[in-house]
Amino acid sequence: MLERALTGSQKYYRLLMGLLILMGMGFAAYLYQLNTGLTITGLSRDVSWGFYIAQFTFLVGVAASAVMVVLPYYLHNVKVFGRITILGEFLAVASVTMCLLFIIVDLGKPMRLLNVILYPSPNSILFWDMIVLNGYLFLNIVIGWNVLEAERKGTDSPSWLKPLIYLSIPWAISIHTVTAFLYAGLPGRHLWLHSILAARFLASAFASGPALLILLALVLRKYTKFDAGKEAIDKLSQIVLYGMLVSIFFIGLEFFTAFYSNIPSHQHGLLYLFVGLDGYGKLVPFMWLFALLALAAVVLLINPKTRKDEKTLKIACLCVFFSMWIEKGLGLVIGGFIPNPFEQVREYLPTVPELIITMGIWATGFFVLTILYKIAVSVKEEVE
Amino acid sequence: MESNRRSFLKIGGICALGLGALPVTKALARKALPQVSDFPEALKANQWAMVVDMKKCWEQADRDCKDCILACHQYHNVPDIGTIKEEIKWLWQESYHDTFHDQATKFNIANIEHNPIMVLCNHCTSPPCVRVCPTKATFKDKKSGIVKMDYHRCIGCRFCMAGCPYGARSFNFRDPIPYIKTELNMAYPARERGVVEKCSFCTERLARGLFPACVEACRHGALTFGDITDADSPVRKLLAENYSIKRRPELGTGPNVYYII
Repeated sequence: MLERALTGSQKYYRLLMGLLILMGMGFAAYLYQLNTGLTITGLSRDVSWGFYIAQFTFLVGVAASAVMVVLPYYLHNVKVFGRITILGEFLAVASVTMCLLFIIVDLGKPMRLLNVILYPSPNSILFWDMIVLNGYLFLNIVIGWNVLEAERKGTDSPSWLKPLIYLSIPWAISIHTVTAFLYAGLPGRHLWLHSILAARFLASAFASGPALLILLALVLRKYTKFDAGKEAIDKLSQIVLYGMLVSIFFIGLEFFTAFYSNIPSHQHGLLYLFVGLDGYGKLVPFMWLFALLALAAVVLLINPKTRKDEKTLKIACLCVFFSMWIEKGLGLVIGGFIPNPFEQVREYLPTVPELIITMGIWATGFFVLTILYKIAVSVKEEVE
Repeated sequence: MESNRRSFLKIGGICALGLGALPVTKALARKALPQVSDFPEALKANQWAMVVDMKKCWEQADRDCKDCILACHQYHNVPDIGTIKEEIKWLWQESYHDTFHDQATKFNIANIEHNPIMVLCNHCTSPPCVRVCPTKATFKDKKSGIVKMDYHRCIGCRFCMAGCPYGARSFNFRDPIPYIKTELNMAYPARERGVVEKCSFCTERLARGLFPACVEACRHGALTFGDITDADSPVRKLLAENYSIKRRPELGTGPNVYYII
């Protein structure tokens, strides 16, 4: 089936070329980082994780797109998702690939990466994260590929695949839970030290993943013969709405605990993010943009008219995706480090090389996604 | 054909068994690994601890005294990067207000809020940095209670920096060697770019029967070092006679650096 990725229209090649150029730029910037060290980033002694780890955290969420189509289709027999499970699974493959790359570029000594396997440390959540992420990648590649192959041959998918598909559902939950545990178990980091963090991650994932999936399905319909179907998109948009509402509710819960209890250390992180702390507030405009986008998304999604109209649905999905990107991909990770253990505020903003590397990895993800979607769509066009 | 396949599988199975048994026999036949023995002069403790008597430190006429920091940073080839962003520090000063922010008050005795406190790794009894490390590059030495670092194993993921609630860990964002401004101490390794480092309670000096460099350097006897599990140790005597506090005890880390204020 892989050969279908090699032949395509001019537009397809142009897209791949464009992505390859961005990937090359990212790779060049990474070589620069590899030679000079993480000093080229905005990271500091106090904010020791930044943009890379934040992207990783956000993209773990996008990878949940798969489970939000697989679960209804296989467990609740929602037939309209039958056509698009493959899109969800391949989106998960691309997202997890980006996650792994973001972890690698964040390492100070990437050449020692295999030490994680050489000296396995079950006490470290990072060890478990490695297992669940790689497992999820593997599951989605195997499931996606075999389902597609069966579709091409016009047969049922092999019987051994069913258990793997069922396994992939709790496994998707596990990647969020374990990723949240990276943060939620650290003493003294009050913005993260909440039992609701894992649930918050799941909720935001169920909003941002399917939102991107809707956008991708609409793009595919425009440029290929593949149509996800109105019903499937409508169902997905309902999932996005619920995911978004629950996410906002959970964030509200954090505010209640911090401000009603009136414990200063629990308020500091939120204060820094939304109004600034000790006169520092570089992230404040971003966080208000998040609030605004989240509100716009809810307004557009809750009204059935705007939700069913594709033009407004597109805007709503973009709002969901970017609001969650800011909240999880920027605020949550960086805000957790501010103030530092001495309650001093040391701010962080990514540098240009850091942004180029980040862009390169996103381009890599979309490159993988383009190729996988090309194969899927070619097969589906052939069958029809 | 069928019998051919059967005999083939049999032979294959026996071969696989043989190959599988090889590492087992190797492991069983292996001699015990050579053991590292301690130097006869080594200082030993179940849990090393430090008592910092800030009163003695503050009483000095020479308030700019930084003997302990200089001794530590010189001994361990700690670079002077020169920026707050990438600063590397093992032992340093923070104000009382920032260090004990949970017990700071506006109306504390004269200017104590701005007085410096010596801060370093607390060599916690239950260290979160060790718990989160994915490679055991930082580990709790059961014999001495010291939280140690293996600079050759660290992958630079900086999870320990997020885990440490005391800000005791520094990361080598760039090659530190050009920034070592003191005379290079050949008895202690300089670090490479991309690894985390922190105070080691001078474990390498204890092994040779020497007290930590900072303790030795302090002319005013403000730093006391000893075994917290030994009731006759100098640290325990000080703690029995003076009121002392620890940094953020509510987190359950069990810090082993005590402060007499």
